[in-house]
Amino acid sequence: MPEARVIPLRADESGVGTRPCRRPGAQGQGRRPPRAAGEPPAPSPVRPEPEPTAEQPAWEAALEESLDFVRRRLTGDYTVDEFGFDRDLTDGLLLPALRPLYRKWFRVETIGMHHVPAEGGALVVANHSGTLPLDSMMTAVALHDDHPAKRHLRMLGADLVFRLPVLGALARKQGGTLACNPDAERLMTSGELVGVWPEGFKGIGKPFRDRYKLQRFGRGGFVSAALRTGVPIIPCSIVGAEEIYPKIGDLKPLARLFGAPYFPITPLFPLLGPLGMIPLPSKWYIEFGEPIRTDTYTPADADDPMLVFNLTDQVRETIQHTLYRLLSQRRNAFLG
Amino acid sequence: MLGVDTVPPPRDLLRRMGRAEFVRADIRNPLIAKVISGAGVDTVVHASVSANPASSGGRTAMKEMNVIGTMQLLAACQKAPSVRRVVLKSTTAVYGASSRDPALFDEAMMPKEMSSGGYAKDAAEIEGYLRGFGRRRPDVSVTVLRFSNFIGPRIDTVLTRYFALPVVPTVLGYDARVQLLHEEDALAVLERAATEELPGVFNVSADGVLLLSQAIRRAGRVPLPVPSLAVGPVSRVLRSARLVDFSPEQMRFLNFGRVVETRRLRDEFGFTPRWTTVQAFDDYVRGRALRPLLGPEQVAWLERGVLAAARTLR
Repeated sequence: MPEARVIPLRADESGVGTRPCRRPGAQGQGRRPPRAAGEPPAPSPVRPEPEPTAEQPAWEAALEESLDFVRRRLTGDYTVDEFGFDRDLTDGLLLPALRPLYRKWFRVETIGMHHVPAEGGALVVANHSGTLPLDSMMTAVALHDDHPAKRHLRMLGADLVFRLPVLGALARKQGGTLACNPDAERLMTSGELVGVWPEGFKGIGKPFRDRYKLQRFGRGGFVSAALRTGVPIIPCSIVGAEEIYPKIGDLKPLARLFGAPYFPITPLFPLLGPLGMIPLPSKWYIEFGEPIRTDTYTPADADDPMLVFNLTDQVRETIQHTLYRLLSQRRNAFLG
Repeated sequence: MLGVDTVPPPRDLLRRMGRAEFVRADIRNPLIAKVISGAGVDTVVHASVSANPASSGGRTAMKEMNVIGTMQLLAACQKAPSVRRVVLKSTTAVYGASSRDPALFDEAMMPKEMSSGGYAKDAAEIEGYLRGFGRRRPDVSVTVLRFSNFIGPRIDTVLTRYFALPVVPTVLGYDARVQLLHEEDALAVLERAATEELPGVFNVSADGVLLLSQAIRRAGRVPLPVPSLAVGPVSRVLRSARLVDFSPEQMRFLNFGRVVETRRLRDEFGFTPRWTTVQAFDDYVRGRALRPLLGPEQVAWLERGVLAAARTLR
């Protein structure tokens, strides 16, 4: 068992510098994530469009594609997997709907994407924040848009999510399923990329004054699931999500009335009503850390509570220190 | 081969029964013991667990038929030394359906909350009695087949009537994952269980999953999302109109759906369903000649029309 690891606050320059930055085509490859002051913002990348031919302009191809999508939806001509993941809807509607938020509003930059394997199972473990789970949505967009293999993140959610109408159904269609060991292990053995936010409601609903302080990591169920299936654990640190809805108060009686874990008061909500639901445009960084291998252990090690606790702590410490490092490099929550 | 039922089979079925004989008897009556011992029965296939209160004359009669009938039947089997094999047609409804369940059920899982009544509770109790029977008669091979919902061109179930409605009511904001089994596969499984010794509990279902909304669209029907509060009145209207009779547990099924793991069926039972869920459903739609309100042809025609209009605009 390794002793407590010392994680340097400043990762060595060469290590970070050679990592591919978010988009292969973007300027400033190998640049440190937070921009130096005065540097112009990186141009938002243009998606490679099919070459418009003389007889068929680009808009017509786009129209054709969207009509095809509508036809598939109207005739039920698509497949879903046994978890209810609807790839057609996710690629055709849900991810495009989130993309403007990802690119223009939060201007998400990803770091260390090469740590995420292009194929095979892996477990992405991230910090949870922001009152509403936009951080999980943005991680899913990041892994689809900025990863060369365009991976779909299969998120594990609390049972509350799946009890809710509309949201519960959408979460399943986007690839989510209930956070329980049978589902997690089934997904990872079938080679899927699984995302967990082990802080749960303690993390996402923490008051603004506790921002970027990791909460307790549950019971370590995610570690034992990874041990049983032998997939790597990829620590993921998300900076920026804490500032989207700064939760400065909590109306407990209202929360109890709705059966919700909390009823947030932010500077704009419920003061501005529905307008207060608009997230503040903070600048986001999502860093994927070095994978922690679990295939060196045997599946029986999943029943060793000490090993599970130690690995849980190692993942938690890695994420916490990466958060501190990213924060120390960030000048401004909104400008980056 | 003996067929036992409370009502005689229709004439066309009698003609196709071949060498099988029919005995009109009620399994709630101890007379069934005489039938079994008199004929020297070696294999008992109990396939009469009823899911539908309306067809079996109300919930009380249904429960009596299901539970008391099974108790009588098993009591008769226990006394009959000739019985070597008992096969029970059970249901995946024993797993329940809730938001707190894992995505797939395997045979070892139990429901999060026991169903308070109805078909699922009957099936769970019947399985319990059968386990007790298995302990008392360890020489008898006991097979429990947990079937998912049947579909096909000939079978008549709550689900086949539901999808035949022109406007299909669904629960607003929920989209269940539905796993089906083609009627021919179901019969093949029952046949295999009756002729070979394969003790154990097996989930029986086709591969693949359909979403409820997807199934409705594939059938060319129009979904009508009903808010959860209005679900009760709507299902009462459907029941009184004798269209579809939904029990509360079937409503929960329409909310969350249910998918089971069928690895044991393939590996240990040695059966691979011929039809996937989607194929079975399409066969049902074709076989019933459901006339779609909005079929693929119309949609394709619309698509071409819009594209042609866009080209002329250019």
